[in-house]
Amino acid sequence: MVRQAANSMLYLDGVSISFDGFRAINGLSLVMAPGEMRAVIGPNGAGKTTMMDIITGKTRPDAGDVLFAGEIDLTRHDEAGIARLGIGRKFQKPTVFETHSVEDNLLLALKGRRGVFDVLRARRTAAESARIDELLDLIGLEPRRRDLGADLGHGQKQWLEIGMLLAQDPKVLLIDEPAAGMTDAETAQTAALLRRIAGEHTIMVVEHDMDFVRALGVKVTVLHEGTVIAEGSIDHVSADPRVVEVYLGR
Amino acid sequence: MTAPRLLDTRSVVFLTLIAVAAVAVPMANLAAEPGSALHLSSFAVSLFGKYLTYALLALSVDLIWGYCGILSLGHGAFFALGGYAMGMHLMREIGPRGVYAHPVLPDFMVFLNWDALPWYWWGFDMFWFACLMVVLVPGALAFVFGWLAFRSRVTGVYLSIITQALTYALMLAFFRNDMGFGGNNGLTDFKDLLGFSLQSDATRAGLFVASALALAAGFLICRFIVTSRLGQVLVSIRDAEARARFLGYRVESYKLFVFTISAMMAGVAGALYVPQVGIINPGEFSPANSIEIVIWVAVGGRGLLAGAALGAILVNAAKTLLTGWAPEIWLFFLGGVFVLVTIFLPRGVLGGLTAAGDRLGRRRRREYRPRTATSGRTTQPAE
Repeated sequence: MVRQAANSMLYLDGVSISFDGFRAINGLSLVMAPGEMRAVIGPNGAGKTTMMDIITGKTRPDAGDVLFAGEIDLTRHDEAGIARLGIGRKFQKPTVFETHSVEDNLLLALKGRRGVFDVLRARRTAAESARIDELLDLIGLEPRRRDLGADLGHGQKQWLEIGMLLAQDPKVLLIDEPAAGMTDAETAQTAALLRRIAGEHTIMVVEHDMDFVRALGVKVTVLHEGTVIAEGSIDHVSADPRVVEVYLGR
Repeated sequence: MTAPRLLDTRSVVFLTLIAVAAVAVPMANLAAEPGSALHLSSFAVSLFGKYLTYALLALSVDLIWGYCGILSLGHGAFFALGGYAMGMHLMREIGPRGVYAHPVLPDFMVFLNWDALPWYWWGFDMFWFACLMVVLVPGALAFVFGWLAFRSRVTGVYLSIITQALTYALMLAFFRNDMGFGGNNGLTDFKDLLGFSLQSDATRAGLFVASALALAAGFLICRFIVTSRLGQVLVSIRDAEARARFLGYRVESYKLFVFTISAMMAGVAGALYVPQVGIINPGEFSPANSIEIVIWVAVGGRGLLAGAALGAILVNAAKTLLTGWAPEIWLFFLGGVFVLVTIFLPRGVLGGLTAAGDRLGRRRRREYRPRTATSGRTTQPAE
């Protein structure tokens, strides 16, 4: 297992956590290679969001290893520290800064110094403006750059939030239900956006929508009761009798 | 491009008004003949000076509440601590002119049969030391309190409740005689400051000008903070704390920074308040006082700085008038104003005026104007 950790971007082994006796995550192991995109599916309560909480430092596991880039122990860092290491997270409910313009949302997300006094003195540079233009093109929000976050539609907020993650220049992107509440056209655009940014980044997508997962066309991990029950292509896991049982009930 | 300027039109208007007041009020008192229509009594000068210190206090609350979402219901504590630091200097300035004519000890200590000055009164005979304490004591308390609270991620109503507890605890402590701050009576009977008699018109005018300068300086400091990128981060924390954290901002450091600055400003306001009203007592720590500050900010316009200052002046002018005419209805009036403003003017008096001005200007020019952050949010998230 140690050799496997050495070449991985994200490495979880034997991770467990209980809340008041309820085992939300139970001996979960999962390895992602650099540049890989992975879809994580599972019924409600399977522990998908809790797993992201553990990776991003919001929750500390009771047991197990959580390693980033093969060596950094993520359980020793807080959310802000982990974000600075290069792990970006998109929430289930789209969360952008509503009273800032689209442009400023991206500006605040750009990779850079985050200390109080650095930020107090920070002035916008030409390089920052250029990077913001690039990102606006990528997420297709150039025409709305001056509008407030609050004025965006649901799908546009999702894209802006993905743009904010990219602005951080992260190595790993954790994306929680990007297609929730979107129209079919928006869902297709989102899948295309994720495929476009894959490769440069390691991406974990948690999703319920099977069509969306199929559109991504990547390796799938199925979680149930806090542990991995199947892994492989979408066709492989949909044929697995345990997965069918979990999804259709016994 | 989208970053706001340090001095927008509203800031220039606000600073101009302060400058006009700083010249006109002392002139009307010192230069105009008593009896003439332009004459302003010395009482009025000190009263207006007091309003200005309240305006500075309101600014300090608006900085943390309006821009960072930290609702402090204990900011009166920092104001009172700054006031006590100044009061201690004024007590030492009395020297042997007290009732008991003790060369060093203030009257209340002689009365309590103390034979020496407690160690925490040392140094307050020096004006510069007292000035240092005016900012350091509130700043240090805010730093320690904020460090504990923000690191433990105490937010929202829970934070508001512990700030109330803080000011209440300090009130009870300062009521005790053996704390060494004059107990129930507090500190009073001040004679002079830097050799100028506090009863003289010129000194009162000087204190008024000092209050106006402090308000202008406090305003500029706040503007500098809120128009910087740090100010944008503060608003981000107010609107989506978790998002800011997951973008790599250590939210607790930002809150601690702005909370400490705010407490120092409140301390300065308290220090200017005390020589103008002539007394500081534990009543200043009362939880109701701190709640009243929040009402000033809400009435004037939260998150608009100048609005907070305006609110403090308007509400206190109303208080002066009403408690003169019909003291029993004052609290009903205050409560009523708060409820009405919250319902009909959610961005306060200044926010309402700005919105009305925008509408008027737009109608006149008959052109589309993109919404700005000051016109408030209109759409809600889809979920």
